[in-house]
Amino acid sequence: MFPAEFDYERAESVGEALAMLERHADEDVEILAGGHSLVPAMKTEGREPDVVVDLDVPALDAINALDDRTVLGALTTYATIADSEAVRSTVPLVAETAREVGDTQIRNRGTIGGNLAEAHPGADLPAATLASDATILLRNRDGKREVPATDFFRGDGETAIERGELLTGVRVPHADGAGVAYAKKTHPATGYAMVGVAAVVETDGGSGEEEAGDAGAAGTVSDVRVAATGAVDRAVRLPSVESALVGDPLDSTAVDSAASAAQSDIDADRLRSDAYASGEFRGELLETYVARALETAAERVDGDAPTA
Amino acid sequence: MSTHDITLTVDGTDERLTVESRTLLVHALRDELGYTAPNVGCESGKCGACTVDVDGDAVKSCTVLAVQADGSDVTTAAGLADDGLDPVQRAFHEEHGLQCGYCTPGMLATTHQLLAENPDPTRAEIRRALKGNVCRCTGYGSIVDAVETAAERLRAADERDRSNGDPDGRTDRPRAEAED
Repeated sequence: MFPAEFDYERAESVGEALAMLERHADEDVEILAGGHSLVPAMKTEGREPDVVVDLDVPALDAINALDDRTVLGALTTYATIADSEAVRSTVPLVAETAREVGDTQIRNRGTIGGNLAEAHPGADLPAATLASDATILLRNRDGKREVPATDFFRGDGETAIERGELLTGVRVPHADGAGVAYAKKTHPATGYAMVGVAAVVETDGGSGEEEAGDAGAAGTVSDVRVAATGAVDRAVRLPSVESALVGDPLDSTAVDSAASAAQSDIDADRLRSDAYASGEFRGELLETYVARALETAAERVDGDAPTA
Repeated sequence: MSTHDITLTVDGTDERLTVESRTLLVHALRDELGYTAPNVGCESGKCGACTVDVDGDAVKSCTVLAVQADGSDVTTAAGLADDGLDPVQRAFHEEHGLQCGYCTPGMLATTHQLLAENPDPTRAEIRRALKGNVCRCTGYGSIVDAVETAAERLRAADERDRSNGDPDGRTDRPRAEAED
């Protein structure tokens, strides 16, 4: 299998890449990062761009951990993110999720920017960006644009990126002391999530006073964000699950009750159904993996790092 | 159609070639340059038979454009040993970590990265590392055995080098070094 013919241009700066996008504005242009979504799609899924702009921009392969946020450049690979001490200590949910992407070779090449821009409905990192309340950073010829993750994913392969724009990175706020977790039912062949759930849980009071036999931390839930990938055509937050948890202790009763709200966040006819899993089964998976993500996040409240 | 003049270092040899934009690294290696260790299996980035080491990382060469690899240092399974079999290759041979052998070059390339980064992996870590390499005949038990055996021998060789007063002696180590 070979891709159809195309013209290849290599951009060594963001400015060069944007100039190329402008120069080829009337053509079908694809942006190449790690290539682990685009190249397979060009081989087997009929993606036949006229021009491929390859990003070879060192400035976009960077991790910048600041006091209250960490900025990940678009070309940072999953392996770099998963192994980065800075990412693991400041935004552990992103590190844990990157570690669950694909396999060794895919993590060595695939990038966070490519993952988010591709917006595969079963991709892992969109769930982590939603649950982290992250912001997607875009550049165009006029300047910068920022889009909250909650407004970025628009459908299968569809995002808020406009023509002539380049995804340059993602800004992830720190959630110090929060319990975080990513729980995923992995498709055994593709490595994508059949269903994946990312959770960030913050609690008030009672810190460290864990009771024997409890699901996890004491204290009541002050803030919680839960996001799912794989269930519908895009990654989504689960507001009913979140609102069911706030103000109550995060024990196993609360977790089970909140998980059962997951299916009310998503109309049954929106659930993805394919050769691997029916919509009905994905609905069941969603409930189960919401509970698992919350249970693990509850155990980690007060800053216990995930055992990545 | 655009073509590109690129350079690669493959198994220690500097190569220059002209490739189409769409030429995949595995085809450049096999068809243009004659390095036939990486195999073409599923061609969709899932089976790992085409895995080679690119600048220290195990990479599926069917999912990388040759022009993307311009300037890279590529090591195929055939380039892991200078003479005879290297410890990982020998362990796969002795532990029957292969039957038809089609997946083996990819298994070897990925194993080299694993052992460079983690010299003493658990069986679970070995399975996790080799998740992107599919074997359709042996089953994975003997492959995991082979990786364990290779890891033991490499650690023993390191120990010998150290006790011989050669702290950097890594003659038997995989070529890829973990980046710390």
